[in-house]
Amino acid sequence: MHVYANPARFLKIARPLTPILGWSGAALIAGALYAGLFLAPPERLQGESVRIIYLHVPAAWLGMGGWTAIAIASLMQLVWRHPLASIAARAAAVPGAVFATICLATGSLWGRPTWGTYWEWDGRMTSMLVLLFLYLGYIALAGAEKEKGGEGRLTAIFGLVGAVNLPIIHYSVLWWRTLHQGQSIDFLRGTSTIDASMLWPLLASALGFSLLFGAVVLMRMRTELAGIKVEARLKRMASA
Amino acid sequence: MNPWPFVVAAYGIALAGTVGLTLWSWIAMRRAEAEADKLGRRP
Repeated sequence: MHVYANPARFLKIARPLTPILGWSGAALIAGALYAGLFLAPPERLQGESVRIIYLHVPAAWLGMGGWTAIAIASLMQLVWRHPLASIAARAAAVPGAVFATICLATGSLWGRPTWGTYWEWDGRMTSMLVLLFLYLGYIALAGAEKEKGGEGRLTAIFGLVGAVNLPIIHYSVLWWRTLHQGQSIDFLRGTSTIDASMLWPLLASALGFSLLFGAVVLMRMRTELAGIKVEARLKRMASA
Repeated sequence: MNPWPFVVAAYGIALAGTVGLTLWSWIAMRRAEAEADKLGRRP
């Protein structure tokens, strides 16, 4: 990991990797959503509204995955002072916030025909809404700290502290048995209660969105690195 | 209750959000890198 903390070495890998991740993610999403909409059967109890799950679940995973990336990068920034760590953390914030919003919106649209309500102050939904507010706070704090020319240490501490919400989201369905259904896929045990005909489009969709998420993070990192390069060049030109 | 309007709305929101985010990030990256290259070529 330390090897790739060098911006020049990072760019050498990121430039060819961005379109590979982006296009393969887009193709996988298109195939998975087609399968989810037209090939997968309706669910016994949920009926056709189960098709929303092919978007909702990947969005939820990426909303949480984005903050996991922020927390790891923040730790790397605070402990090892990697030059790319704060850039990576900031780059994951907006995509994470977008997917947390998509998760809440699609969940709400799934809830109306399935539960009879758009919203309930249930443990899972409330903790996911808290995650969205944490993203908004992080984005605002990162912008303010950057504007003041800070190192981003406060933002990194906020990124680490905010990670406390991740286990709360994950275990909320076990701690508070309310409206949201429990865990259907257990990656640690490799088990699932979802039928294979519905599981494969869901996993393909999650993989596709994850690849695209990776491409977007790389794009945003490259944008920030180019901005730093321009700023440094302008400073050099002004002092010459 | 007919679930299809909800399914269509969910797909619309998710795809608009994903495409919007990707395009915004891509355009910003192209602009920033073009600016950096332009300044880098100056003597």
